Amino acid sequence: MKRWYKAGRTALILAVAALLMAGCSGTLDPQGERAKEQYFLIVLSFAIMALVMIVVFALFFIAIIRYRRRKGDTGYPEQVAGNHKLEIIWTVIPFMLILFLAIFTVTYAFKHDEVIAADEAVNIQVTAHQFWWEFNYADYGIRTAQDLVLPENSWVNVELTSADVIHSFWIPQLTGKTDTNPGLTKTVAFKTGEPGVYKGKCAELCGEGHALMDFKAVVLSEDEFNAWVANMQEPAPAPTTPAAVAGEEVFGNYCISCHAVTSDKMSLGPNLKGFADRETVGGFRENNDTWLREWIINPQEVKPGATMPAFGDALTEEELNNLIQYIRTLK
Amino acid sequence: MAHAHTVSAAPRKGFWAVLKDWLTTVDHKKIAILYLLGGTIFFAIGGIEALLIRYQLMFPEFDAIPAQTFNELITMHGTTMIFFVAMPLVFAFMNAILPLQIGARDVAFPFVNALGFWLFFLGGLLLNISWLFQSVPDAGWTAYVPLSGPDYGSFGVNFYVMGLQISGLGSLIGAINFIVTVVTMRAPGMTFMRMPLFVWTSFITSALILFAFPAITVGLVLLMFDRLFGANFFDVSQGGNVVLWQHLFWIFGHPEVYILILPAFGIISEVVSTFSSKRLFGYSSMVFATVLIGFLGFMVWAHHMFTTGMGGIANALFAVATMLIAIPTGIKVFNWIFTLWGGKIRFTAANMFAAGFIPTFVMGGVTGVMLAVAPANFQFHDSYFVVAHFHYVIVGGIVMALIAGCFYWWPKMFGRMLDEKLGKWTFWTFYPGFHLTFFIQHFLGLQGMPRRVFTYLDGQGWNTGNLVSTIGAFLMAVGVIIFLVNVFKTAAKPAGAPQDPWDGRTLEWTIPSPVPEYNFKQLPVVRGLDAWWVEKSEGRKEMTPAEPLGPIHMPSPTILPFLMSIALFISAFGFMYANQPFDNDFIRFLFEKYVIAIAGLVMFFVCMIVRSLKDDPGYHIHPEELEGEGVHQ
Repeated sequence: MKRWYKAGRTALILAVAALLMAGCSGTLDPQGERAKEQYFLIVLSFAIMALVMIVVFALFFIAIIRYRRRKGDTGYPEQVAGNHKLEIIWTVIPFMLILFLAIFTVTYAFKHDEVIAADEAVNIQVTAHQFWWEFNYADYGIRTAQDLVLPENSWVNVELTSADVIHSFWIPQLTGKTDTNPGLTKTVAFKTGEPGVYKGKCAELCGEGHALMDFKAVVLSEDEFNAWVANMQEPAPAPTTPAAVAGEEVFGNYCISCHAVTSDKMSLGPNLKGFADRETVGGFRENNDTWLREWIINPQEVKPGATMPAFGDALTEEELNNLIQYIRTLK
Repeated sequence: MAHAHTVSAAPRKGFWAVLKDWLTTVDHKKIAILYLLGGTIFFAIGGIEALLIRYQLMFPEFDAIPAQTFNELITMHGTTMIFFVAMPLVFAFMNAILPLQIGARDVAFPFVNALGFWLFFLGGLLLNISWLFQSVPDAGWTAYVPLSGPDYGSFGVNFYVMGLQISGLGSLIGAINFIVTVVTMRAPGMTFMRMPLFVWTSFITSALILFAFPAITVGLVLLMFDRLFGANFFDVSQGGNVVLWQHLFWIFGHPEVYILILPAFGIISEVVSTFSSKRLFGYSSMVFATVLIGFLGFMVWAHHMFTTGMGGIANALFAVATMLIAIPTGIKVFNWIFTLWGGKIRFTAANMFAAGFIPTFVMGGVTGVMLAVAPANFQFHDSYFVVAHFHYVIVGGIVMALIAGCFYWWPKMFGRMLDEKLGKWTFWTFYPGFHLTFFIQHFLGLQGMPRRVFTYLDGQGWNTGNLVSTIGAFLMAVGVIIFLVNVFKTAAKPAGAPQDPWDGRTLEWTIPSPVPEYNFKQLPVVRGLDAWWVEKSEGRKEMTPAEPLGPIHMPSPTILPFLMSIALFISAFGFMYANQPFDNDFIRFLFEKYVIAIAGLVMFFVCMIVRSLKDDPGYHIHPEELEGEGVHQ
């Protein structure tokens, strides 16, 4: 008896410790309507399952403690074939629990497949690449990448596809994930909540850079969002400092073939209009000059598998500094 | 021409004689040991891969293992563990025990049985040899296209495509063998409803294999054609559909996990019943539940695909179907508990693992029900929550049952008892280590940690969880080492285990430990469920024979299954390397013109022709020779 008590106590401590260490973040800290409903389903299904576990564990532990063979007892217990009533009970009750859960499951399965009418939502075409995220706001004529800028408390339709392999679009605090399949398009809707910066993850193994294929959902107030749209639709102000002007020339020689700097143009690589205001370099590193340098010199060092070529050998120190100064003007 | 075969007083064999014996055996008992050995070797490889994975994930942004190698490790760990550890270990027990439990002398097709083993082994060898070629599959054990395809995939995926086709063939023929054995070779009096649960679960499992393996074979063939022969099945630019691969894979993949767990359920039923000294509670319900699980197992595959965008109707249907499987599974759990209830329970090492299985598998099962809630699945999918779930059911379920099976049936297979004390040490390291590793992973997933990531950034609150998980993994490794020490220590002991060390209930305990070559001197009459228990409770000391003593007809050993598997192994290389730029002109010619590939296939078919045309009358063991001889090691 004592051994079991100790084991149980250890298990309980571990469980509590685990929960404490977990904190509440990601899926357990929903900030958008879809995520909140998914969180509700998680808690509901867990509650039902916890009930089942309590019953099963209680019966189990009682059985193994109470019915241990006592020392010296060589007899045989009654050979019970079964119990019809019990069989019915433990078929019917689980069935009813499943039925209850199924009602919620089916309801939300349909609800979360609903797309919002185009004129009542922000519509964004998302194309996943190895290993970055392209966001196209066709309604506004804006192409951007890595930061998914959204207005607060608004419905968003994301039309998901991929340019290469299967990726998966996931913002744990705002919405569950949906796969981005090459050759196919799937539109899902979700609603933003309060302003904030929310982590986005790629959630389907897509190659070397999968672990670092993060993006950010940047939820702004209504006014800030409109300001962002207006700003994105205009080209960045021309560079004024000598370094930035020189940097623009470097950009023209090396970068412009893959990176557009006005949001109306398509490009092979991420559109860099507004890059200076983005949350990250490469989708996951802090957007400062140090990381920007590292990225340009050798993108694969920062993000294994990155498809951007390394420019460390092609650029002189001066060219690199000027280039960075220019990129800082891309507001 | 039949020849007399001397069973008793065999002279000490030399190394080559022993090797020949094991390469040519068609004896189900020896094939079982081969599966056990093969499964254990691959378990060591898969286990090291797991430790490397957990080591890399111990700290945020740790640089011990680069991203590409990590992706190879997770791919190989999953593929090896599922196909080359769990499956062969399950087949080991099915081979060792099923014929004994139905009172048969072997399986229906001993040649096919041997072929099944060698195909498995050479398939596993082909997959793992990729490490030596430094060209390792890296697209996950699920190998989704286009990541695994010709445009984005690495060469290493070819080892996966070819290795699994070869071993899959082995599994398929093995299943057919077991089905025919159960249907046609039960001892007199053993009706279907008098078969032990382990036989029932093996039978249903074999039916699942029969219907599921063709699906993955089709998928692998299509992928092979895309990769090696320029086809377009999954080429989006030519109208291919990438989701098609997932359907083909999971129509196999879901039944596959039931293929793994059902025999484990069978083992638990046997062990729990024996060590409670009580018959299995609710036998007919257990049989019915097993059949229902097998059937429903084919109706749920797309619950692995909730996030692919199939739409509300498909998601709702598959969600509900998945939840329904919880009901027959629950029936089984309750019946095990009520077998224990009212019993007189002995906590031998076998029963500790079997008992430990019950709450752990229930935990894995309930997270399965949570995962089945399709809209919630959009959060869980491809996160560490899923990783936690499947490790709970596979390690906390299947592996626990397999270890229990080892402790339980070791005397029958090897004539020696595994050390009970070391067994308990194994349990108290492996079991807590397991929970430490995987319990915390539920929370990592809920905090947004995706799976298959070679590292994670600092400051997300995932550091402690990952550290704890890694510590647990190393504790599990300690448990495995203790178990292996037990195995070696036991091998050094002399054989001499009792015929019925556990006061068992089923037919395998009516014959000597280890089992003689011919299994039963005389096939027994079965008078009820738990055939041996029926006799014992009437005071009898042995089974009533169903036939007079007479010469026993045995199948001859043959090298052909081994050669056929080698042939396919060679052929696979021929196809994989057909377009590689070799420096040597002659070698390039051999591969480019498919000479190697075709040579392998020709060798395979020649062996089949030899088998078909050469008469094999087997040999007889005569009554004079029938003594209680064990399996020749």
